[in-house]
Amino acid sequence: MSTPPPPMPQTAAPDWQAAPGSPYPTYTSPIPVVRTHLGHALASEWTKIRSVRSTMWTLGVFVLLVVGVGLLTGLVVSSADPDMSGESPLALGFFGLLLGGMCIITLGVLTTASEYGTGMIRTTMVACPSRGRVLLAKALVFFLIAFVVTLVCTTLVGFLHVALLEGHNAKEPTGEEWLKGTLGVSLYVALLGTLSLAIGSIIRHSAGAITIMIGAVLAPLVIALFMFSSSLADVQQALFEYSIPNQMSIFYANSLSESGPSGWDPLWIMLVVTAAALGGAFALLQKRDV
Amino acid sequence: MIELEGLTKRYGEKVAVDGLTFTVRPGIVTGFLGPNGAGKSTTMRMILGLDHPTAGDVRIDGTHYDRLEDPLTCIGALLEAKGVHPGRSAYHHLLCLAQSNGLPRQRVHEVLDTVGLTAVARKKAKGFSLGMGQRLGIAAALLGDPRILMFDEPVNGLDPEGIHWIRTLMKSLAAQGRTVFVSSHLMSEMALTADHLVVIGQGRLLADTSMAEFIERNSRSYVRIRGPQRERLLDVLHQAGITAVESGDGSLEVDGSKAEYIGELAARHRLVLHELSPRQASLEEAFMRLTAQSVEYHAHTGVSAPPQRWGDDWKRG
Repeated sequence: MSTPPPPMPQTAAPDWQAAPGSPYPTYTSPIPVVRTHLGHALASEWTKIRSVRSTMWTLGVFVLLVVGVGLLTGLVVSSADPDMSGESPLALGFFGLLLGGMCIITLGVLTTASEYGTGMIRTTMVACPSRGRVLLAKALVFFLIAFVVTLVCTTLVGFLHVALLEGHNAKEPTGEEWLKGTLGVSLYVALLGTLSLAIGSIIRHSAGAITIMIGAVLAPLVIALFMFSSSLADVQQALFEYSIPNQMSIFYANSLSESGPSGWDPLWIMLVVTAAALGGAFALLQKRDV
Repeated sequence: MIELEGLTKRYGEKVAVDGLTFTVRPGIVTGFLGPNGAGKSTTMRMILGLDHPTAGDVRIDGTHYDRLEDPLTCIGALLEAKGVHPGRSAYHHLLCLAQSNGLPRQRVHEVLDTVGLTAVARKKAKGFSLGMGQRLGIAAALLGDPRILMFDEPVNGLDPEGIHWIRTLMKSLAAQGRTVFVSSHLMSEMALTADHLVVIGQGRLLADTSMAEFIERNSRSYVRIRGPQRERLLDVLHQAGITAVESGDGSLEVDGSKAEYIGELAARHRLVLHELSPRQASLEEAFMRLTAQSVEYHAHTGVSAPPQRWGDDWKRG
């Protein structure tokens, strides 16, 4: 211990008064009693997420990947003097975002699972015994951060690509294409992160939950690639269509297949899956010991 | 006030806490004593609503923990596990706890000052020594200026100066009319701080008594006697109406009697004595006697038999 001898607590003078119905004198604090609500939990989770370095790291790498890979793709394509033959330049943003998604998954998992690894969860639950409120606050704070950061990055990359490919017979993106390529895909990625957060809360182990989520993103596509048997053609098709990378690419209107989900469908699919996972995480949180 | 009623926790076949019923009252320090694995931490986790009891009930000032609307101003706890994210600074750790209960930000600075961590408030918790981590945990417990305080093994990892500090702190908190509930596996530590004592072993309640009463009942004084004519010695003592108990190493123990009287008695009967010593059983021994049946992890004190000849063991191997 290198700290100087600490002074004794400078609390207010003892306030002796008999609590009603109790034969014993009890201490009454001068601090006003506040009935806690979700707002308090949100403020607490906001402090938590911004006061650890892993948040800055994962989001920093995310921005680097989305903007960096986006810029590189744009430069390579434009320097090749291509004929875009009426394709939307926004589609080029897909590659960076697919890679960056891994960072959002990691941060989502860490938001919940790291508390179990460090034992912080006990401190959290003692301070806020309403477990559902803790999970909800975590999910809301994380979702907003992930959404805002993704929206800023995708919009930036979108403008970048449109500017770089001007005059290469690229299509001027319509309003709906802009909406899907920025707002839509950002909501999707933020939901994917929130799903990871729910899985982190269920698995309670950072590395395990991250592995599961990366597997869920990549495995269907990789497995489908090797399904050569014709009797498996339907399964292969479904795996391709509903794999997370393909769902993401639908926001850029360059799907692997013509059938399957289209338009805003991926967003609704992810919304249902995330809600179900959060529901499961909530039920387990109520049932299990911390 | 903490009230436990038939509190039970089972993990499969294993019973960790077995029907505990006792009350922790305000205004005094209540020691919660038991050997390792007796169920102290499990009991404390159930009080805080972290673990669900298999049976029974526990109430904080008449309410279940998860029904408290202002948990940190009601009860503050230092749990055995550190419970701190190593990458977060002491200041932010306390700040997020304060915010979750709507406590003024000023309290964070106050408790950091109280535990003497102001100088390292902005440092990450992973750089903290065991003692500093313990102080941070105590700061978190004091944050809401609560009516009830619970400390799980608070002196672990503290230096003598720190141990003295926490003893004084607990006593002053109790003197302010707060409920203070401290667990420990060291009787000597409790004897210095606690006014009341709750002893458990293998999850069962073994004693619920005031410290003074426990000391009075358990500070047994006795005389230890050793001599070559043991049988004769026993007869003589018996005739004099003194009951002697044989202790393990061939000596005799006589409760309560004066050493002088026994010495004179032996001299009158021309008995040789090798030892005649007045003894006082320590509270630690009293505690060990009390929990002897219920110690879960016995260390094996006997050494394994030595090999017959030098080198036998490795030749066989």
